[in-house]
Amino acid sequence: MASTTRELSLFDPSIVRPAIWDSFRKLSPREVIRNPVMFVVEVGALLTTVELIHDLVTGQHSAPLWFTALVSLWLWFTVVFANFAEAVAEGRGKAQAASLRKMRKDVEARRLVNGREESVPASSLRKGDIVVVEAGQYIPGDGEITEGIASVDESAITGESAPVIRESGGDRSAVTGGTKVLSDRIVVRITANPGESFLDRMISLVEGAARQRTPNEIALHILLVGLTAVFLFACVSLVPLAVYSGVKLSTTAVVALLVCLIPTTIGGLLSAIGIAGMDRLLRKNVIALSGRAVEAAGDVDTLLLDKTGTITLGNRMATEFLPLAGVRIEDLADAAQLSSLADETPEGRSIVVLAKERYRLRGRELGQAEAHFVPFSAQTRMSGVDLGRRVIRKGAVDALARHAESLGGTVPQEVGDIASRIGDSGGTPLAVSEGARILGVIHLKDVVKGGIKERFDRFRAMGIRTVMITGDNPRTAAAIAREAGVDDFLAEATPEAKMRLIREEQARGKLVAMTGDGTNDAPALAQADVGVAMNTGTQAAKEAGNMVDLDSNPTKLLEVVEVGKQLLMTRGTLTTFSIANDVAKYFAILPALFVGVYPEIAPLNVMRLASPYSAVLSAVIFNALIIIALIPLALRGVRYRPLGAAALLKRSLLIYGVGGLIVPFVGIKLVDLVVAALGLV
Amino acid sequence: MTAAAWGQLALFSALVLLTTKPLGVYMARVFEGEHRPFPRILGPFERFLFRLSGVDPSVEQTWVRYAASVLAFSLFSLLVTYVILRLQGFLVFNPQKLAAVDPALAFNTSASFTTNTNWQAYGGESTMSYLSQMAGLAWHNFISAAAGIGIAIALARGLTRRRAPDAPRTLGNFWADLIRATVYVLLPLSLLFALLLVSQGVIQNLSAYREVTTLEGGKQVIALGPVASQEAIKELGTNGGGFFNANSAHPFENPSPFTNLVELWLIFAIPAGLTYTYGRMARDTRQGWAILAAMAVLFLGGTLVAHWAESRPNQALASLALDHGAGNMEGKEVRFGTAASALFATVTTDASCGAVNSMHDSFNPLGGLVPLVNIQLGEVIFGGVGAGLYGMLIFVILSVFIAGLMVGRTPEYLGKKVESREMKLAMLYVLIFPLIILGLTAWASVTQWGTSSLNNAGPHGLSEMIYAFTSGTGNNGSAFAGLNANTTWWNTLLAVAMLGGRFLMIIPALGIAGSMVGKKVVPAGPGTFPTNGPLFTFLLVSVVLIVGALTFFPALSLGPIVEHFAGLAGKVY
Repeated sequence: MASTTRELSLFDPSIVRPAIWDSFRKLSPREVIRNPVMFVVEVGALLTTVELIHDLVTGQHSAPLWFTALVSLWLWFTVVFANFAEAVAEGRGKAQAASLRKMRKDVEARRLVNGREESVPASSLRKGDIVVVEAGQYIPGDGEITEGIASVDESAITGESAPVIRESGGDRSAVTGGTKVLSDRIVVRITANPGESFLDRMISLVEGAARQRTPNEIALHILLVGLTAVFLFACVSLVPLAVYSGVKLSTTAVVALLVCLIPTTIGGLLSAIGIAGMDRLLRKNVIALSGRAVEAAGDVDTLLLDKTGTITLGNRMATEFLPLAGVRIEDLADAAQLSSLADETPEGRSIVVLAKERYRLRGRELGQAEAHFVPFSAQTRMSGVDLGRRVIRKGAVDALARHAESLGGTVPQEVGDIASRIGDSGGTPLAVSEGARILGVIHLKDVVKGGIKERFDRFRAMGIRTVMITGDNPRTAAAIAREAGVDDFLAEATPEAKMRLIREEQARGKLVAMTGDGTNDAPALAQADVGVAMNTGTQAAKEAGNMVDLDSNPTKLLEVVEVGKQLLMTRGTLTTFSIANDVAKYFAILPALFVGVYPEIAPLNVMRLASPYSAVLSAVIFNALIIIALIPLALRGVRYRPLGAAALLKRSLLIYGVGGLIVPFVGIKLVDLVVAALGLV
Repeated sequence: MTAAAWGQLALFSALVLLTTKPLGVYMARVFEGEHRPFPRILGPFERFLFRLSGVDPSVEQTWVRYAASVLAFSLFSLLVTYVILRLQGFLVFNPQKLAAVDPALAFNTSASFTTNTNWQAYGGESTMSYLSQMAGLAWHNFISAAAGIGIAIALARGLTRRRAPDAPRTLGNFWADLIRATVYVLLPLSLLFALLLVSQGVIQNLSAYREVTTLEGGKQVIALGPVASQEAIKELGTNGGGFFNANSAHPFENPSPFTNLVELWLIFAIPAGLTYTYGRMARDTRQGWAILAAMAVLFLGGTLVAHWAESRPNQALASLALDHGAGNMEGKEVRFGTAASALFATVTTDASCGAVNSMHDSFNPLGGLVPLVNIQLGEVIFGGVGAGLYGMLIFVILSVFIAGLMVGRTPEYLGKKVESREMKLAMLYVLIFPLIILGLTAWASVTQWGTSSLNNAGPHGLSEMIYAFTSGTGNNGSAFAGLNANTTWWNTLLAVAMLGGRFLMIIPALGIAGSMVGKKVVPAGPGTFPTNGPLFTFLLVSVVLIVGALTFFPALSLGPIVEHFAGLAGKVY
């Protein structure tokens, strides 16, 4: 996703110009019929146009020609405006799809067959093929690295220019077709058939081609179609009633009444709202693989958040050296620093920095000759340095205790005491030893991200529970949970425990959202109602989730939920607004229809509209213009506020319900003044 | 409004409110309790009926079976009544030797009583034998009401039950609900109040009509009959079919302002109580109170408008030099006056009862608009026994759907998601009503069959036709009068309207119950759309008004509304 398209404003000319063309192209009945509300408007426009032609040809007319002509014109505009809303919403996606499509060059792939390399077009690669990619070449398709390690430029997908490391085995083995290998050579097993690749799916998603109506959208559609049918009865049955009453209704007048009453505002904007919701996620660099997921995000009750990277900064920092009795703190700091000099992990670096800042110990350059560095391994769970005869180690407390005992040392009770104190405060203890003697303990602390607590408070206000997932022991987890302000935590989490937690929550009727990247996250991602996979994650994870975060930033789950809520709220407010609008339209049109036969009904014309014709025309014009006026709201979404449901409802009812009652009275009157000023009356 | 009028309204409202909870608790025990009330007196009766009918109350039905039972039972009872009416000339309890009822009228009447409408295209005293009144008609007053209560309870079960996902999606047993509603609720209460009414002068006998000499020396035939036993259930079951043609305006049906108040209370008692029963079933009585509050707001609004309109002089007489202090007394009983008449008109049309103590046709246009709008809102302002609650619950679901999205969650009610299927059924429910009313009125207005029955021309004639179809479809049964409805065309089409307005709406209502009963329940939290407070009441009232009023406003504006403005300008129809 080239970053240039991401910056486009709502009404950028590059989007608006093709959208205008599109909104006329979409007048084709085959397109319009997918939206029954607008289809009724189109049929109405057709009917009034026929009446206009009839009047022109025969010269007999029940209403002035200018009236029939203008009403017809504005009815057509109503459909065009609704089409325009949809076209603008699709526009940004189309622009993005175009830039993505450019990447889908048909490169040559070097396929391995029985150990021999052959050159084939990338588009002919099938699932299971093995290909070789070297520095400077494009990866021909989605796959898993089976051999080698390489740095890959994925900016085409993520917009992030820094190259990422991909290697065989583990959770960093997935590569995406269309990205470029910058260094080294890798062997990739292709995992997607032509047309099913991540890029293909992304293109069809952003383009809206694969867009299906989401469950709530369908239900809302049924409501709108039902209301349309109700008003259709009301208007059609009015014709014989008018005949009984001696009122002659022109087709144009009945159609105008009908179009003004059916929910054209929300009917015209509904699909634009849905597309815009997906688009808002896209701008946050999250790809929703289904619209259903965006909707579910609004409904989420429980967020499962990985501690590392989401709640805390990805790494722990050394904050304190705690020497055992009889050990000078400087000696401990010195040993800790020496043991960490070659340790390039953030924790290791933070130890070096702490020793330097607190005890003015300079980081020393130790040559290979005098020092032998022992790297961390999962078996020993410690690392360190052999410096001549000095054997300095740091590592997990129990591992180091065993190490010391194996060298004939003893482990004082004090070590355990300090360690559990650190653990209680949410930190991680790291013991340091020299030879068989344990010198003390380093306090490594998780640093909670700034502002995260406030964010969780907002979620609590919305009724969303946050659960922190961590591999830490329960004591540590509890302390961090307290500091970060999450509602609950799952300590010593295994993939199975995580899965169990999701199932439990779901059994209680709750919707669960989570993020994940590893292959062992895949079952949980699939089980969760909203599973956001990190783009850096494995292919399995990406396939299991229903969203992919291109930035691989787990904190984004919070924004995903907000976008989901915004989408639903926008639908609700515009529906309410649209229905509330009808009251004013009645007061504009009905007196105008009947005042000819029943002049006494004039007081019902509360807006004091200039003439019956101007009243009907003004209502139709207002009805069309309100669609245009609400396009920005539909595309941006109503502003989301983290309030409780009751407060939110009160606010929205006041703005969109009561507002929806009042606005059209003012709007129709203003249009009427213009119509009258133009001398049309 | 006079102090007496305010006092009467306050007293009536207080009575209804005071009995809402006890009646609600009682009905909750009857339908959902482990042990039913009065096990020694009513228990054996209930068990006898179960044995007699072969009903096992513990066998629950799915919504399809429940609906099928309702339909089968209604069809059967319709046919029984039709046969009795057609054969009454050969049957017992016919001292006046009344002949068989004409086929179209018999069809209309049996449809009318089966659907709890009690539209009467006949005068009771001149058409129906005592057997027809008791075995053909009064019987329906119990069972059609009991069926309505059963359907409401079934929908309430669907919305409130919390079932494991694999549990059977059942809603209770229709036959058990029918028998229990009759045995525990309708029979005891109507017995009690029949006795009270008798003590106040309502007659109860099987004598032949009596000819008396009037004060002026003329002869008059006084119609008699078993009135009190039908009077109580007429109101309690929101049936409304009067024993006499004059209905509750007749002194033998409603002799005094006191009996008038009792009858008013009887109309609202069960519909109000059911809201509390519903709250109980929802495990949150505020859910029930919020619904009751919405009903109360709509009721008070209607009453005040009707009061205001009727306290003004009759439009036709306004220009004459008369004392207009009593308001519009045309078509009203002097013992009730405008206040009690306007209140009765509002209550009887709010609650789909249809009993009348004054002639709605003679109301001022806006006074007549109130009963009309009350019915057109869907008979949900308290509504028919059961029908009011299930109708209002459909509006609750619509409200939740329209506005629920505004809190940023997909719509849910009592923790259950409202999805496409429920919307489809709810919209079907909403559609049927205007389709029948507007479609048939439109037809009537342009055909000789329809317009030849009219007494009045112009907007008032239109109001009469709209009122007839509205009353039939809404299963209200009150008549605007001024329309000769006893023709084959009107009898047949009104029967169609009544049957459609009842059964075509019951099916989607039960369908919603069936699809909601199996849904997962999401526990409520601060993010949940609240449906138990004043804000929701406000929303519900708005949705009822907008959906109901917007549908009928065009038609009404050619009827009572234009008539009102014309009347102000001194033109009457």
